[in-house]
Amino acid sequence: MEKTIAGKQITVNEEGYLTDFNQWNEQVAEALALEAEVSLTPRHWEVLKYLQNEQKNQVALSIRRIGKSGLLDIKEFYQLFPVAPLKTATKIAGIPKPASCI
Amino acid sequence: MKSVESIKKMMIILSKATLENVYAAFVLANGARMEGIEAEMFFTFFGLEAVHRKKLDHLHVATVGNPAMHMPTLLGGLPGVESLATHMMKKEMEKVDMPGIPEFLDILTASGVKLWACKLAMDMFHYKKQDLYEDLDGVLTVGDFYKRSSGEGVHMLFI
Repeated sequence: MEKTIAGKQITVNEEGYLTDFNQWNEQVAEALALEAEVSLTPRHWEVLKYLQNEQKNQVALSIRRIGKSGLLDIKEFYQLFPVAPLKTATKIAGIPKPASCI
Repeated sequence: MKSVESIKKMMIILSKATLENVYAAFVLANGARMEGIEAEMFFTFFGLEAVHRKKLDHLHVATVGNPAMHMPTLLGGLPGVESLATHMMKKEMEKVDMPGIPEFLDILTASGVKLWACKLAMDMFHYKKQDLYEDLDGVLTVGDFYKRSSGEGVHMLFI
């Protein structure tokens, strides 16, 4: 599904996740964050970069892993992305939705 | 984005302390928070063991009265069988990145799940608040719990 965001044409799946990470940039992230009602602070960016890195290293993302990341704890993760943090943060980071149940 | 029919809050009552039931309840509560749904848990009767400091790390799977174990009832009752089955199940849990009970409780509270102990069951088992998991939100009567469950889009589960 095609979508125009931040003046850029991007392709997303039916849940709004980017299907091609090459189409991601910081403006796209800002616009996706706005849609999710999250205003990005430098701390958010650190988390987004961390998630993208984990994805690159093919680590299966889960809430438990966030807690063991050494970057932030689960409580802060929920403070930064209050509604469905893992789903929301991965969407803004332009990476696939984790299939984790935990 | 949210429709009026969407689930807003899950109220999960845990009345058992067999490992498989505790995990089911914890996964459901955590899963709700992961989806942006509020979650509260009410620990009653044997479910209290899941938040009892001295007991929560020693819960077992049920090998008797559990047909899905595919084990003859007599065998399931032999000394050590329940421990062995529990040990095997915990190993499998670790493989799928399932946290142990103490860590899972920490994940739940960090995720904003409210944990309540049932007052009647506490009185019955002679438990005091200090016997229970330190981040427990409090002790409630069933009436208090119902009050917290009011409103649209609130669902209740009994395990």
